Order: sequence, then structure tokens, then C-alpha cells
Amino acid sequence: MKYVDEYRDAALVHRLAAAIAGITTKSWTIMEICGGQTHAIVKFGLDELLPKGITLVHGPGCPVCVTPAEIIDQAVELALARKVILCSFGDMLRVPGSGIDLLTAKARGGDVRMVYSPLDAVTVAKENPTREVVFFAVGFETTAPANAMSVQRAQREGVANYSILTSHVLVPPAMRALLAAPDNQVQGFLAAGHVCTIMGTVEYAPIAREFGAPIVVTGFEPVDILEGVFRCVKQLEEGRAEVENAYARAVRPEGNIHAQRIVEAVFEVADRKWRGIGMIPQSGFEVRPELAAFDATKRFQLSCMESVGDGLCISGEIMRGVKKPRDCPAFGTACTPDHPKGAPMVSNEGACAAYFRYRSRETSVA
Amino acid sequence: MCLAVPGKVIQIVGDDPVLRSARVSFAGVVKLISLACVPEAGVGDYVLVHVGMAISKVDQQEAEETFKYLKQLGELDGIELSDGDNTSS
Repeated sequence: MKYVDEYRDAALVHRLAAAIAGITTKSWTIMEICGGQTHAIVKFGLDELLPKGITLVHGPGCPVCVTPAEIIDQAVELALARKVILCSFGDMLRVPGSGIDLLTAKARGGDVRMVYSPLDAVTVAKENPTREVVFFAVGFETTAPANAMSVQRAQREGVANYSILTSHVLVPPAMRALLAAPDNQVQGFLAAGHVCTIMGTVEYAPIAREFGAPIVVTGFEPVDILEGVFRCVKQLEEGRAEVENAYARAVRPEGNIHAQRIVEAVFEVADRKWRGIGMIPQSGFEVRPELAAFDATKRFQLSCMESVGDGLCISGEIMRGVKKPRDCPAFGTACTPDHPKGAPMVSNEGACAAYFRYRSRETSVA
Repeated sequence: MCLAVPGKVIQIVGDDPVLRSARVSFAGVVKLISLACVPEAGVGDYVLVHVGMAISKVDQQEAEETFKYLKQLGELDGIELSDGDNTSS
């Protein structure tokens, strides 16, 4: 596949790893933000190709993982008590709320449907005019244009039975919160490539400056990721903290203006709670008040019961880069992809699921 | 979740800015994809697609620049990087 295969070239990957080893003189801790990058790093074993001094820690870049339990509870309520057709991305279905997950709601008779795109959920609404259809709109900036476009399409086509349950989070405020934490260990970032495809790179310069942390916009294939690591290590070694773009084939500095306009027409920035991390000011999107008819929270006047913590699960510390999945006492025993205690064990892009899938047979190393 | 897959535009469908779409081929699998965010994409272009929406046109020139940069990197570090690695399939 063009623009994929050439970025998986094993010889090039090894040469990049050697180049990184060649410039590394100190120990550095670098966080990749996006769950897609986490998955690729663990799947291809990229961290194991790096010199010992370089530690990659895995950030909160899995929207499924940071969606609060109480919003999953609202989705369950919509499917069971309010009898709506609840459409969702597949990896959201098995994330435990404070009670049950959506797949269990489906087993109990709820009309829960997995879709590929929010635009497909609008089609479901058109095909079922007598039913209420709600799309569970989770995501980072990357997914916001598609979720917003579903509302615009419903509006344009007069689809009056469609609304979205929103749990939208933003990357830059989370990076700030991580860097400002007293136990922060992260010295440099691989920024999430596709988030930057939408929003551009201008938001990151003040963060790099303020916290003295280099930020390298990075893609998702092995060559992309190691190029990002190389550029980040080079900056750290040279004492620089700048924003660089190592994913220029997909990211322009200004981002995608058309996508930003669509997002701004439907969403506004709001405070958001992140599962495992807590409330981060101005770190998410909610539907604009003038489009309240498309906002499932308002349309169905959903209550929001604050959920308690996730028990044994240490996902918050993992997503802040303070711990790794194997540091969790429940990892691989009480918590597995079949019986997850926390969201990062469910989603393909959760750090725990990636470690379980690709690293579960290894013995723990300090 | 933020996964985006490159695909080739094979046919444009519709002119309305909200509804404008394209048939996009992903190594032979064809899906109808919204072009609302990438109106400049035409037949033959590669677009990055995320949950049914094209979010960017892949910039071929920048892709080539990356491989030039990596080649240079290899040379600087005394690592041989033949043109054979500069693949484009």
C-alpha cells in the first residue's frame, strides 16, 4: 500500500535506530501522545531497538480510555431506559462504565449498533425515522470534524431524530497538565500526527517554550516514529526545545482550515473530565448551545452521576507516564482483554491491551 | 482511534460542499468517503481517511523530502542508505 509499505522498511528502521544510538549520550524520557503510536511502538518492538537511555512512555492518547465512566453510564441509559438506537465505534462497546458496558446493554435488549463512521449513524437515523438515534461521539481533534459533519448533515437533510452524546478531548491542554504535574518525568513529546493534521502546530510552540520540552509532530509507521524519536533526542541532546514537524506529508503548520471551520460551527471548547486523570480546564468540546437539539445530553436531559474510581486499575498513572502496564498488580491476572478492569485494557490503542497482546509472555524487567 | 489510512481517489461524487464525497480505493477496497474537509482533492490524489472522512491530501513532494532527509541522516552518521530504500510502491 502506497505511503504505508515504504515506512515499514526494516533496513531503514534499523539504520534510524543506529542513528539514534549514535547521538544519545544521556538518559531521556519521551512520551508519545497518540494511542495509535503506542500500538505501533509495542507491535513493532520499536522501543526495544532504542539505546538503553531512551525510555518511551505512553500518554493519554486513547479517547476510549479517557472517556469517563459516567458518560458510558449515560450511553447505557440511552440504550436501555430511553430505548434509542445507540450507535458507537466498536472499541467503545466493551469499556466498563460504573455498572455495565454497552455490549452487556445490547445483550439485555438494548439496540446498540457498531458503525464505522458517524456519517453511517446519520444514515441509520434516516432509515429509522420513528426511532431516536444517538451517536456516541468520542474522540480527539482528529475525530471532531467527522462528528461535527454528522450534525451538519443531519441538519442539512432535516434528520430530526439524530443527536450525539459527546466525550471530546483536546491534546494540548492535557500536555500542559502532564508537564505541570509535580511527578512529571516526560522531557520531550512525539505529538499526535493526525491531531495536528486537523489543528496544525501553532498551539505547541508556547508549550515547548514554557516547559522547555521539545515537541516533534510524528506519524504512525515505524520509520515515522523513529524519525520523531531521532529529532526529539537530537533537540534534547543539543538543549533545544522547539516544535518540529516530522510528518510533513500529512501536516501543514496551519492545519486543515476546512476541518476547523466545520468543528467550530458545531462545537465549543469546554472543561472536560478525563478518566484516570481528572478534570482538565478547557480540554474538550461540547455541542454549541444553539445546536442543543443535536446534543443528546440536553435532548434527553441526562443526569450525570459522578462515578467512583476504578478500583485496582492504575490507568491514570500509566497515562501520565509515571508507570508502565506491568507495574499494575492486576495486569494479565485480574485484568485481561476478556475481563478488563479499566479502559486501557479494552481498546486496541490502550497501552495495557498492547502490552498484553504483544508482550504478555515476557518476564517483567526493571 | 486517530488511525487514518491513505487511499486513492477514484471518483468524485456530488458538488454540494457538505455532501461532497469520493469513492476511495484502499489497496482495492473501495469506500464512499466525505471530501468536505479536503475539497481540493481530485481523481488520482491520495487522501488520508479517518472514520469516513478525508482529513488531508497526502503531499507527495513532502513525502519525497522525508526520504531525502533520511538519506542525508544516514550519510551524516556514516550509515549507508542506498536509493533502493527510497521506495515508492
